[in-house]
Amino acid sequence: MGFRNDDDKKAYWKENLSLLTKLLIVWFVVSFGAGILFADALNAIQFFGFKLGFWFAQQGAIYVFVALIFVYMAKMNALDKKYGVDEE
Amino acid sequence: MDVQLLTFIIVGASFALYIGIAIWARAGSTNEFYVAGGGVPPVLNGMATAADWMSAASFISMAGLISFMGYDGAVYLMGWTGGYVLLALCLAPYLRKFGKFTVPDFIGDRYYSQTARTVAVFCAIFVCFTYVAGQMRGVGVVFSRFLEVDIVAGVIIGMAIVFFYTVLGGMKGITYTQVAQYCVLIFAYLVPVIFISMMVTGHILPQTAFGATLADGSGMYMLEKLDNLSVELGFNEYTSGTKSTIDVFFITFALMVGTAGLPHVIVRFFTVPKVRDARKSAGWALVFIAILYTTAPALASFGRVNMIETINGPDLQGTPYASAPTWIKNWEKTGLIEFNDKNNDGKMFYAAGSIDDPNSPNEMKVDRDIMVLANPEIANLPAWVIALVAAGGVAAALSTSAGLLLVISTSVSHDLLKRNFMPNITDKAELFYARLAAAVAIIIAGYFGINPPGFVAQVVAFAFGLAASSFFPAIIMGIFSTRMNDKGAIAGMVSGIAFTAAYIIYFKFVNPAANTPENWWFGISPEGIGTLGMMVNFLVAFLVFKATDEAPQDIQDLVESIRYPKGSGEASAH
Repeated sequence: MGFRNDDDKKAYWKENLSLLTKLLIVWFVVSFGAGILFADALNAIQFFGFKLGFWFAQQGAIYVFVALIFVYMAKMNALDKKYGVDEE
Repeated sequence: MDVQLLTFIIVGASFALYIGIAIWARAGSTNEFYVAGGGVPPVLNGMATAADWMSAASFISMAGLISFMGYDGAVYLMGWTGGYVLLALCLAPYLRKFGKFTVPDFIGDRYYSQTARTVAVFCAIFVCFTYVAGQMRGVGVVFSRFLEVDIVAGVIIGMAIVFFYTVLGGMKGITYTQVAQYCVLIFAYLVPVIFISMMVTGHILPQTAFGATLADGSGMYMLEKLDNLSVELGFNEYTSGTKSTIDVFFITFALMVGTAGLPHVIVRFFTVPKVRDARKSAGWALVFIAILYTTAPALASFGRVNMIETINGPDLQGTPYASAPTWIKNWEKTGLIEFNDKNNDGKMFYAAGSIDDPNSPNEMKVDRDIMVLANPEIANLPAWVIALVAAGGVAAALSTSAGLLLVISTSVSHDLLKRNFMPNITDKAELFYARLAAAVAIIIAGYFGINPPGFVAQVVAFAFGLAASSFFPAIIMGIFSTRMNDKGAIAGMVSGIAFTAAYIIYFKFVNPAANTPENWWFGISPEGIGTLGMMVNFLVAFLVFKATDEAPQDIQDLVESIRYPKGSGEASAH
C-alpha cells in the first residue's frame, strides 16, 4: 500500500481528477472552442497577420497543448510528493 | 554535383547511420526486444515517439493537404496533436505503472478475460497493417522520384533496411534509430521552409512569417494576399473552410481520440524507467511533433502562393507553357501535374474547377502530394536541399514502419503465442518467434507496398475510427472506473467497432456514390464517425455493466494500485 491511510488515497485521487478536469477544459476551449465552434466569430479579430480563429486552429491550439502537458507534469510531481507516493 | 548523385550520397549516409545504431543496440532478451529494457531516457523517448508518430503522410502529404484545404486542414493539425494531451493526462502514466508490454496485455489483465485480450490483439494487428502498407508505398515513391529506381526496387531496399534493424534490435534498436531519424526528418523539413519564408516575407521563423507582411514592399499580409488570390480564382477564402462546423468538430475529435488509442504510440510509454518519465516523455514527444506541425501550415500557405504565382504569373494572366519551369515538366512525367490548354492560348492558368470542365477557366491539375517534395524546386533551392528532403521522407516512412512492425510482432509472439497458445514458452523461444513474426510482417507489408490495394487512403479513416471506438474507451474505463467489468468492456468494444466499421464500409465501399453530406448521419463524414463510435462504446459498456456484477475485488485493488506512481517496476511479463 503506497498511501499512509485511506483518506489520503481518496484525497490524492480527488485532487488528481480536479487537476485533470481543469486542464481538459482548457484543452477543449482552445481547440474545439476557439479553433472550431467560435472560429468564425474570432475571425473578426485581427492578430498580427492572422484572423484569430484561424490562428488558434492552425497554430495557437498546438502551443497550448504543449504547455498543458508540462503544467500537468509539474503539478502531478508535486502532488505525488505531497502524499508521499512519488518514485524515489 | 547533380541532384541524383547528391541524393544517393545523403540517403546512403543516413542508411549507414541507422545500420550502425542497430548493431550497437541489438536486443538480447524479450524485455529489450519489446520495451527496450524500460531504460530509455524520457527526452530521447519523446524524440523517438515523435519519429514513430510522424509518418510519410505527415512528412509528404500533410502540408499539401492543408495547402488545398485552407482552414479545414486544421482538423489534421489539431487532431494529430491534441491526442497527446489525452495520452499524457489520461493514459500514459497509468499504463506505465501497470507495467506490461502491450495494449492487449492491459485489456486482457484489467478485464480478466482472454476474449477481451483476443479482440484487442486483432484490432491492434489490423490497425497496424493498415498503416504500414501506406508507409512502404511512401518509401517506394520517394525512391522512384529522386533516385529514379523502379518502385519495386525502392520498396525492397526499404524493406531490407527495416528488416535489419527491427529483427536485430527490436524496440531497443528501433528507439535509437528513431532518434536519428527524427533529427534527419526535422532538419530536412525545416531547411527548405526557412529558405522559402525568408524569400517570401523576410522572416526566419516560418511560424511568424505565416502572419507577416510580404517582402515585396506592398505592406500586405501574406494571408490577406492568399485570401484575395483564392477568391479571385473562384476558390473559397483560404482562412475559412468549406466543411460544416459539426463535421470539423467530429473529425478533429476522432483523430485526437484515435491518436490516443493507437497501439504503436501507447507502447512507447512502456519503454521509460518511471511513471514521471512517462509524463515527461509525452510532453517532449509533443514538443518535437509541434515543431513540424506548426511549420506545416506555414509551408502550406507559402507553397500555395508560390504555385499560383508561378503558374498564373504576377498579373494573373497565365504564363506561357513553352517557358514553364523544369519542375512542372518533371512532375508532369510522373502524372502528378497535368496541363490542358482549353483556350489554346499556349498559356497555363490555375483556378477553381476541373480541367475537363469547359465552363471552368482552370487548365492545371496539381496533385496535392507533390507540395512538400516539389517546394524546394518551385523556390529554386540548391540541389543538396532537394536531396535532404528525399532523405527526410525516407526517414519518416522507415521510422513509422518499424514501430508498427514491432507492435505486430509483439502481438503475435507475446499476446497470441505466449498468453494464449504456448504459456510455457521460454524467453529465448519467444524472442525467436518475435523476430520471425517481424520478418513475416515486413514481407507482407512489402507486398502491399508493391501492389497497393486501391483503398489505402480510405482505410486510414478505418485505423483511426477503430482505435477511437475500441481501445480508447476500454482503456479509459479500465483506469478511471475501478468497478467496470469484463462483460461491459467487451460489449462496448464490439459494438463500438461494429458501428464504426459498418458506417465506414457502407460509405466507402458499398455505396460510395452516397458519400455526400446530405446522406450522412447528423452531417458527420466517415472520417469523423469514430467519435460517435466511441460514444456508442461508452454507452453500451455502461448499460451492460449496470446489468451485470462489478469487477472482482482483486481487480479493483489492481486499478487502485495503478493510480499512483510509487512502486513502479520495470515493464514485465508477469
